[in-house]
Amino acid sequence: MNILTLAFIVLFLPLASFFFQIFFGKRIGRNAHWFSLIAIGITLGIAISFVANIFLGIQGPMLEVSGEWFTTGDFTVNLGFYIDNVAAIMMLVVAIISFLVHLYSTEYLRDDIRYTRYFGYLGLFTFSMNGIVLADSLIMMYVFWELVGLSSYLLIGHWFEKDSAANANKKAFLTNRVGDIGMFIGIMILFFQLGTFNIQGLAEGVYFGGFDGNMTLLAIAGVLVFMGAVGKSAQFPLHIWLPDAMEGPTPVSALIHAATMVAAGVYMTVRIFPILPPSALEVIAVVGGITAIFAAIIAITQTDIKRVLAYSTVSQLGYMIMALGVGAYQAGFFHLVTHAMFKGCLFLASGSVIHAMHHGLHKINDHHTDPQDMRNMGGMKSKLPITYWTMLVATLAISGVPLFSGFLSKDAILAGTLAYFNTHHGWTIFLPIAGFGAAIITAFYMFRLIFLTFHNEPKKPEIYEHLHESPMAMTTPLVILSILSFAFIFTLPHLNPIHSEGWFTHNVPMVENVGLDIKSVKEEIDHAHGSAMTISLIVASLGIALSFLFYYFRKVNVKKLTTTLDKVGLYRLSLNKFYIDEIYDALIYRPFLWLTKMISHIDWDLFDQKFIDGWGWLTLKASEGSGYSDYNWLDQKVVDGFGKLTKFFGRKFRLAQTGVIQNYLMGGVVGIILIFVIIQSF
Amino acid sequence: MDSLNSYLIISAVLFTLGLYGVMTRRNGIAILMGIELILNSANLNFIAFNRFGGMEKLDGHIFSIFVMVLAAAEAVVALAIIINLFKNLDTVNIDNADTLKG
Repeated sequence: MNILTLAFIVLFLPLASFFFQIFFGKRIGRNAHWFSLIAIGITLGIAISFVANIFLGIQGPMLEVSGEWFTTGDFTVNLGFYIDNVAAIMMLVVAIISFLVHLYSTEYLRDDIRYTRYFGYLGLFTFSMNGIVLADSLIMMYVFWELVGLSSYLLIGHWFEKDSAANANKKAFLTNRVGDIGMFIGIMILFFQLGTFNIQGLAEGVYFGGFDGNMTLLAIAGVLVFMGAVGKSAQFPLHIWLPDAMEGPTPVSALIHAATMVAAGVYMTVRIFPILPPSALEVIAVVGGITAIFAAIIAITQTDIKRVLAYSTVSQLGYMIMALGVGAYQAGFFHLVTHAMFKGCLFLASGSVIHAMHHGLHKINDHHTDPQDMRNMGGMKSKLPITYWTMLVATLAISGVPLFSGFLSKDAILAGTLAYFNTHHGWTIFLPIAGFGAAIITAFYMFRLIFLTFHNEPKKPEIYEHLHESPMAMTTPLVILSILSFAFIFTLPHLNPIHSEGWFTHNVPMVENVGLDIKSVKEEIDHAHGSAMTISLIVASLGIALSFLFYYFRKVNVKKLTTTLDKVGLYRLSLNKFYIDEIYDALIYRPFLWLTKMISHIDWDLFDQKFIDGWGWLTLKASEGSGYSDYNWLDQKVVDGFGKLTKFFGRKFRLAQTGVIQNYLMGGVVGIILIFVIIQSF
Repeated sequence: MDSLNSYLIISAVLFTLGLYGVMTRRNGIAILMGIELILNSANLNFIAFNRFGGMEKLDGHIFSIFVMVLAAAEAVVALAIIINLFKNLDTVNIDNADTLKG
């Protein structure tokens, strides 16, 4: 089979799984998941073969085809596939996570009433995500971009009977829409300047002066397209939907809201990286930096296990975006891949914890305790050993501990920010500070999560007794993903645990950029690598040590500290997520409601009641007047007047009708005589 | 008196007498007699105009004969009406024949 056929199979097999589950799933029942598993399994096989292709040493993209979709006038839209190393690796990431999540879901949603529909939506999501990965043009990417938004909406609202889930999926959809509008405008600016949607074509167009040196317009277009990533990858200030999206089933959170869909924004930015001028990259770096530190601070105080991970995801996505912003293209994409593995593992492990908690609560008939609240957990290490060890590996990875994948990618990003500061100076000190600050906080809150959940004595012994490890279908994905969180996976054939040199760095080379001298950027990054690694090791161990102190040895009274910090409002600020939701509520939601109320007031009370009804009133009065004059004057006087006149004359002339023929004859004779007289007189 | 005028004068006198009778009498038979006078004055006119009007044909004569026939027929009908009137009302005074008056 040639690569084009394989690309078609990769794209449409998950869609077939979607249609199969939707149309036949109910009839077949629980075993319908086999179709989805096999379909995604084949997709995974093909994705592996694509990545294997990389090692055959083929130069350039493996597949580059494009065909006309439709033409209206001079406007032609093409659809096509473009598979290079980046796309192949991304596709493998999607396929691995998707397959493992499918496997995991067979147990996690065992008794769900919409079991087959859930698998159908997973298929739809995988189809859409593969569409984004394979897309050769921004317009095709945009189409699938909206499709992942749709499947995300459907899956967040899987338990739509819960109001919180129904609200969360609406919030996700609408927030994404804000970013997508910017993205569409950006795509259109690029199209009208360069006449193509094709990403390679855009890059060529920009290099050959398609913007006539108008770098400001190009930067605006780039930032607008990047707005799509801000929405989809939950960057500040559009991050608000992602924590709420945790209302969806946990495997969905792992697949969509941790590993793949939210990384689509980063992937898209990776794709358009060559055409982003330095000023646009600056904006991107700042957005990423703010997101990274800001979400990390919020994650410290959250008590819901999934919400901690959600804010952690936002923070890590901020890292990737910041990496792209500072020109560390390779590091950004590297972190996307490593993050997908360890964050997928963390989410699935948290799902395993929630699953166990859920069963425990079910056993003791407790329906009020929150199974996701870490304050109800503790000491689960001995009850859920596989979950504990896999989650610990992923936590070490995300905290940036050597030997694990997160260390390599985070280190590369931090080196990128340091290099950026070294060349730009001034305010850019913010970027490394945000990076290292987020790193220390990440290490802290991730170990806080581990300690609160798995260590020390259980906080609710009555539930604790009923906890037990999750079944095979759930633990297998955890083990696989935790293995994929080790550093050596990404550095083969080298086994140096502190250097990212390996197959990944060889096959995802730095790409040219319109405004940056990539060679010098790379040199600067290599130069900053040593100091970045030292600092990041220090901050990671500092964060972990603090966490040990706070939550393991409990040498510090956390309650006392929070009350002290709360005297200046710091604790509440983090707990309430910097009041971003409240700010939006006050700045957008409520003014908007007020505005619509005002408009409805103007429309109803003034326009409708006064103006429109005024016309009614006027018409009524006019018709009353005209009716009065018609009846009283025209009818009573003129029309009846004729009647009365006729009656009057009739009464008078009646007297002439004597009934005596001779009188009539007399009249006739007199008349004739008169006629004669008149005729004679002329 | 061998001219048209003398005939016309006589005819006019006859007509006026007839008309006067018709308009003033209350007796149905008297009214009928007035009508006969009017018809005969017309007949006299027809004859006179035929004689002095220079007409070669006998149009006037024939017309007057028609009028006579008409007068005869009229007398028959009128007298029948008057007889019925008398039978019903015991009078020939036409003022009494007012039963249809509303």
